[in-house]
Amino acid sequence: MSTNTERAAPLQGWLRSDGRKGIRNVVAVAYLVECAHFVASEITQHFRGQPVHLIGFPGCYPNAYADKVMRQLATHPNVGAVLLVSLGCESFDKRGLETHIADTDRPVHTLTIQDKGGTRSTIAQGVEWVQWAVEQLAEQPRVAMQWDELVVATICGGSDGTSGITANPAVGRAFDRLIDEGAACIFEETGELVGCEFHMKRRAATPELGDEIVRTVAKAARYYATLGHGSFAPGNADGGLTTQEEKSLGAYAKSGDSQIVGLIKPGDVPPTGGLYLLDVVPDGEVRFGFPNISDNAEIVELMACGAHITLFTTGRGSVVGSAIAPVIKICANPQTYARLAEDMDVNAGRLLNGEATLDELGAEIVTLVHEVANGAPSKSEALGHQEFILTYKQFEPLGPACLPIRGV
Amino acid sequence: MSTETDRRLLLIGPQDNCLIVCAPLAAGESVLVEGVPVTLPQAVAIGHKLARTAIATGQKVLRYGAIIGSATQPIAQGEHIHTHNLASDYLPTYTLEEGQSYVHQH
Repeated sequence: MSTNTERAAPLQGWLRSDGRKGIRNVVAVAYLVECAHFVASEITQHFRGQPVHLIGFPGCYPNAYADKVMRQLATHPNVGAVLLVSLGCESFDKRGLETHIADTDRPVHTLTIQDKGGTRSTIAQGVEWVQWAVEQLAEQPRVAMQWDELVVATICGGSDGTSGITANPAVGRAFDRLIDEGAACIFEETGELVGCEFHMKRRAATPELGDEIVRTVAKAARYYATLGHGSFAPGNADGGLTTQEEKSLGAYAKSGDSQIVGLIKPGDVPPTGGLYLLDVVPDGEVRFGFPNISDNAEIVELMACGAHITLFTTGRGSVVGSAIAPVIKICANPQTYARLAEDMDVNAGRLLNGEATLDELGAEIVTLVHEVANGAPSKSEALGHQEFILTYKQFEPLGPACLPIRGV
Repeated sequence: MSTETDRRLLLIGPQDNCLIVCAPLAAGESVLVEGVPVTLPQAVAIGHKLARTAIATGQKVLRYGAIIGSATQPIAQGEHIHTHNLASDYLPTYTLEEGQSYVHQH
């Protein structure tokens, strides 16, 4: 196939002070409480079609998880500059976040609405600063970037009975090839891996990591059981999926066949290339509600782990994209593709009528990852999708068995 | 004896007792399941499952060679397998179908 061509064609990225490289150079406008969301949104509205993206945390109460995720997103390799928009009385540690960003040499500025004269004045000052930042970032050169500097994530949304036989195993093939090239790949949603835990254990780099994975899935099953609801929506059943474990097995195919080298939590950046499982289910007693209330909450956590690109498989047909990092849509169901082609990057349903093999679809996805990494917009990106959601959670730090292979 | 199966029905794992529907099947259509012609009482959409063999109540249903739940009633060869005759061994499935409460009632 075209492996050699892909290897020969280098990526281009923006070098950051921590050594990571971005495939986009975005100005992030971040609201630090819902009360500042509208003002922040109005600032970004002035820059439609330009790389200015809205992110934020709506809560007024402090939360260590949200703090960590916001710090990781504000210093994500795809982010070049950050405007923080605060109301003024919320409890978010805005000075800590601002210092964290400034320490990475990124331009950062904080606007506090209560100090800046209100809505109109803050929007005007925000627009002025973002305009300056956009011009600054446009001057920054790109440098050569290798495959092993890329972090690619996967998620499924709106799964149906075709997801597990077309799009998900096709992403698995793409993951295997990206990992062979040295990239870090992340799969997630341990609540959608219920029933796969002992198979994953056999794929773990060490027996201790295998035991951690089994414990993590047991935690997810317990968490969802307490909530009285699995990670299963009515559309999944309409699409032919009957049980949580059937959905899980199909979702699991996204992980491919590579060895699992680590278990991470939201905000932990993979220390090496290879395949990582992201544990998205909170630790401790059940609180704050469902672990991820919709697909974008998972994409946000994958980005907080440094994902440059998310491969999103869908059977029923999701149209979402994301702020900060491009989303590539792989459609599992040929009928859904026919209905929603304008939102879909890959028609993996071609497998069902023999028009493509899994290897061909995997290669097509790898090529697309390469193109998008080099600046070509994905469908959702070109359409302007910038969904973002971050809610409350709590996590314990990683256990000692979770990252047996650390970077040098 | 013929064990031929309609090409629109996909067997994923060799031990599986269900087949995945790969093209829309119409009501009244006859499909071959392991050599046995089965007439479909209703249309079956892409991604849904038909029983490859007869399945008894309590018997495990296998897809990808792995258990996806237990039969809650006897399932005939070629019959549609879904929430009416298959249940999770882990967590209940909620749908918007009549008689199935989506929001858990306490």
